[in-house]
Amino acid sequence: MSNKSPDNKIAGPSRRDMIRLAGLAGLAGSVTPLAMRPAYATAEAMQEAIRKVVGEATVTPGKVKLEIPPLVENGNTVPCEVTVESPMTPTDHVQAIYVFCEKNPQPNAFAARLGPRAGRPAIATRIRLADTQTVIAIAELSDGTFWSDSTDVIITLGACLEDLI
Amino acid sequence: MARALINVPASAKRGEVIAIRTLISHPMESGFRHTSTGERIPRDIITGFVARYNGEEIFRVELFPAIAANPFVTFNTVATESGTIEFEWSGDNGFSATERRNITVE
Repeated sequence: MSNKSPDNKIAGPSRRDMIRLAGLAGLAGSVTPLAMRPAYATAEAMQEAIRKVVGEATVTPGKVKLEIPPLVENGNTVPCEVTVESPMTPTDHVQAIYVFCEKNPQPNAFAARLGPRAGRPAIATRIRLADTQTVIAIAELSDGTFWSDSTDVIITLGACLEDLI
Repeated sequence: MARALINVPASAKRGEVIAIRTLISHPMESGFRHTSTGERIPRDIITGFVARYNGEEIFRVELFPAIAANPFVTFNTVATESGTIEFEWSGDNGFSATERRNITVE
């Protein structure tokens, strides 16, 4: 197993080393191998991406429902469904739906624009998740307010950072 | 031409909310992977998808590398009138695909 993790400027240890280190850490109870993970996006990068979308507006939890299985074996294809409570009238409808992933190399997953003609605001797709993380869905309503929902997802096999053999 | 699967009901009642399911074959190479020699594999993804109902845009989505290979997108729309729904995908390296489906609204 090579250790050419993307965006990792300092050559990290191999997986075998990590396992050894983890074992040592377990014994010594002091060193944590967490610091040597590949450079995924961070919670800050996600907040920044969210700020780009919502601007100065506050994001309130509610109205949005993000459905992802809580335990996923293969992060390469994870079913993801976002539904929003809205009457979808010309004066009161969902304008946009965004999904962000905390620990993917890039925090954005998709950005959808819809209008009153959608009838029922629901989008389903399949996303990639690089690691166990929190996924956030944000909906923008026609009155300019933003609503969100978040889900913690446990990933057994992460996506897209594996090297080709 | 990429293969696309599209599910649109052939007929619907006026005002009914219909679900549209689309899937297109595409590797969605994220640009974050490397070959065994350490070279980064360049990004090759579908970046945009638009649906138009008799020429009027009803749905648009911007896709990022976090979308799984063979992008699958479902959304809803109100069946307003008989006609054609056009689906257009666009992406890196000049990727472009267009499909049309007819719908009869009673």
